[in-house]
Amino acid sequence: MIYYIGALGLIFIGLFIIMTRHNLIKMIIGLNIMDTGVNLFLISIGYIRKGTAPIFSKPGINPGAMVDPTPQALVLTAIVIGVAVIAMALSLAIRLYQHYGTLNMRKIKEQRW
Amino acid sequence: MRKFISLILVGIIASGITLSLLKIPFGTPKTKVGNYYLNRGIEQTGAVNIVTSVVLNYRGFDTLGEVTVLFIAALGLGMVTLTFKREKREIQPSSFILSVGSRFLFPFILLFGTYIFLHGHLSPGGGFQGGAIIASGFLLIYLGCKREINEKRFKLTESLAGLVFLIIGLMGLYFSGYFLFNFLPKGVANTLFSAGIIPLIYIAIGFKVGAELAGIINDLMEEK
Repeated sequence: MIYYIGALGLIFIGLFIIMTRHNLIKMIIGLNIMDTGVNLFLISIGYIRKGTAPIFSKPGINPGAMVDPTPQALVLTAIVIGVAVIAMALSLAIRLYQHYGTLNMRKIKEQRW
Repeated sequence: MRKFISLILVGIIASGITLSLLKIPFGTPKTKVGNYYLNRGIEQTGAVNIVTSVVLNYRGFDTLGEVTVLFIAALGLGMVTLTFKREKREIQPSSFILSVGSRFLFPFILLFGTYIFLHGHLSPGGGFQGGAIIASGFLLIYLGCKREINEKRFKLTESLAGLVFLIIGLMGLYFSGYFLFNFLPKGVANTLFSAGIIPLIYIAIGFKVGAELAGIINDLMEEK
């Protein structure tokens, strides 16, 4: 249960950051925190008590004692994609800063080209 | 005021999600599909790491899509960074120990990343993780010692690796009638040469992810 609480906590912290901050970098950090929370949540759905990793490294391991491999497989790719998406968002933030001279979203909205 | 409203909004969403989540029991036995993968995985795919067999065999098409998403993100980043105004800045050259040390560590990092993605079907690891480790080696080179790295080769490696993934999938279509079908012999489980096409695809993914993340690092460098 503590995993659910932690994962949801991370998701809501990220959501709160995105809604309240005006600095673009901080918003991207909030997005990243949300990403981590979602990954942790997916992993914790597949968890079973006293479960082992889903790898038959030795013969004779009981498959019933293993955790669910499906969410792990989903999260595996989601982490790498998260890194790439965050990198792209940061590059857009750099470009915005070079154009407007500020990272504050309110000031950017006020400005015109 | 804005913070207060956001707090109330987050509270409403949180209570809604928590109420629905209370119905999902925690730490209980798996879903049907997870049990199926665990019970039949080895005989059907030949890989002892069930996560790998799910990623590359049962959901191989999905992984192809995810690799494409990664490619598009890296491509978009490259397009955005093309428009950067880069100004020359004085950068202090790194010290002798730092540059020699990072150059000494670089091949070992590459070796470790290769080990991780070669043994993806036997132990925890795989193409995505190994690729990320290889990219971290390139990051060390970029930060530790100033060295020109040919970015065209990154692009070439990335495209070739993606092509290999597709060609293996199409070969499955040609030989057995299904895209990404495991047409090679599965071999003895728990040995390096087993699991048919899974290690081949993971090698391709390892190269692709490594080159892609290294290319992202290269794009984000302040000075080229």
